[in-house]
Amino acid sequence: MHRGKGMKFVGDSRVKLNDRMPNIPKDYSEYPGKTEAFWPDFLLKEWMVGAVFLIGYLLLTVAHPSPLEGPADPTNASYIPLPDWYFLFMYQLLKYTYASGPYNVIGAIIIPGLAVGALALMPFLDKGPERRPSKRPLPTAFMLLAVASMVYLTWESVAHHDWEATKAQGVITDKDLGLLPDVEVDETSPGYEIYQSQASCIGCHGGDLAGGTGAPMLLGNELTAEEVAEVVKNGRGAMPAGAFDGTDEELQILAEFIAGLKEKE
Amino acid sequence: MLNKIYDWVDERLDITPIWRDIADHEVPEHVNPAHHFSAFVYCFGGLTFFITVIQILSGMFLTMYYVPDVVNAWKSVYYLQNEVAFGEIVRGMHHWGASLVIVMMFLHTLRVFFTGSYKKPRELNWIVGVGIFCVMLGLGFTGYLLPWDMKAVFATKVGIQIAASVPFIGELIKILLAGDATILGAQTLTRFFAIHVFFLPAVLFALLAAHFIMIRRQGISGPL
Repeated sequence: MHRGKGMKFVGDSRVKLNDRMPNIPKDYSEYPGKTEAFWPDFLLKEWMVGAVFLIGYLLLTVAHPSPLEGPADPTNASYIPLPDWYFLFMYQLLKYTYASGPYNVIGAIIIPGLAVGALALMPFLDKGPERRPSKRPLPTAFMLLAVASMVYLTWESVAHHDWEATKAQGVITDKDLGLLPDVEVDETSPGYEIYQSQASCIGCHGGDLAGGTGAPMLLGNELTAEEVAEVVKNGRGAMPAGAFDGTDEELQILAEFIAGLKEKE
Repeated sequence: MLNKIYDWVDERLDITPIWRDIADHEVPEHVNPAHHFSAFVYCFGGLTFFITVIQILSGMFLTMYYVPDVVNAWKSVYYLQNEVAFGEIVRGMHHWGASLVIVMMFLHTLRVFFTGSYKKPRELNWIVGVGIFCVMLGLGFTGYLLPWDMKAVFATKVGIQIAASVPFIGELIKILLAGDATILGAQTLTRFFAIHVFFLPAVLFALLAAHFIMIRRQGISGPL
C-alpha cells in the first residue's frame, strides 16, 4: 500500500487494477519429501477419511436410537441419578471417602481444577526443547497416569451401577404419554377416601391410581374384589403384606372400589 | 462464464490471495496418511471439526421442533423422535455426535500432547485448545438437560450441586445456572437452553477461529 503524500482516500479502492495476484497453484517441486497442496490433493484424502468415519457414525445412529426416559419429575426421591458417560469418572471420584462429604471440595474442585490447570499450563511446565515422549518422561508419565485413572474410574462406575434399576426407572409409561385407560373414578365414594388416606397405597400406586416406579396402575385392573382384598392382605411381587392400616370393613370397601376401576368396553 | 464472473469479482475485490492461502498451504509428508498410515493420528483434529459442523447443522434442525419450556420440552422431543420424518436420525446424530466429539477431541489432545506439539511457539494455540475442550464439556452438560426427561433432571441436579461446592462463589454460580437458589425447574431449562444454543456456541466459534488462524499462521508442527 502506498503511504504518505499522494494517497487519495476518497473514492479510491485499496485494490489496484494491475496489481492482482495471479490465480496459479503453488509449485511443490522444491518442497521436501512428498509435501503436497492442501487443496485439492490433501483435502480429497481427508474427505475419504471423513466418509469412512461418517459411515460408522450413521451406523451407530441407526443401530442405537438416542435414549429418552419418561418426562422429568423432580419430586421423585427414589431416582438414581447418572450423568452422561464422559462425566462418569468424576461421578465415581465423588464416591470415595476423601473426595466426598466433608472433603467434597477435594473431589469436586481441587482435583479437577488441578488437572485442567496443569493441562492448560502444560507448555510452561514442560519447557524443554525435546518433543519425543520417551525424552520427557515426567509429562508422559503424568499423562498416562491421568488417562489410566480416568479409564479406571469410569470402569468402576459402570461396574458398580445398577443398570437394571436404571432401565426400569427410565421407562416411558402410558401415563407419561397421556394414554391412561378410560376409567371413571368416583372421587366422592368412601373407597376413594380410604385409598387416599392410606400412605402405603398412594406412595407406590400414586394419588391418581396410575401406578409408579415398580407398582402397577390400578386403573383398568382385571381383579375381582376378593382378589384385591387378598393382594392387599398378603402382598404380591414387590408389594409387601399387611401394608393396609384399617379395619376389615374398610378393606372390603377399598377392595370393591379398586375392583370397580374397570375400563369401559 | 464462471471464469468471467470470477474475474469480474476478483478485479474489484482481489479475492485470489484470500482463498489461495488456504488452498495452497503445504501439507507435509509426515501428517499425510496416504504416505504413512500411522499419520491417521493427525486426522483427529479434522474429524473433531467435522463432527462439530454436524452438531451445528443437526442442532439447527432440532430447534425447529424443540420447545424449551417445562410443559412442552419432553413432549416436543418425544414427538421429534417418534413422529417427525427423519427426526430420530437428526436427534440420533446430535446425541451420538456429542459423545463422538468428546472422544475425537480427547484423541486429538493426546496426539498433540504426545508429539510435544504444544511447545514453543505453539503455547497459545494449546491454551485455546484447552478452552475449546472446556466449552465442549459445557455444551455436553447443558445439552443433557434439554430433553427434560428423568435422567436429564437428576444428572443436572448433581452437576449443579458440584458447581455449588466451589468455595466463595459456588452459590452465585448455582443461581446463575439454575435461575433459583433452591428450585431446578422452568428457569433452569430456559437458561440451559440459552447457554447451550447461544452463549457457548458463540464462545466456541471465537475459539475455533483463533485455533484455525493460529495453525494457518504457524503451520503444523514438524516430524518428531
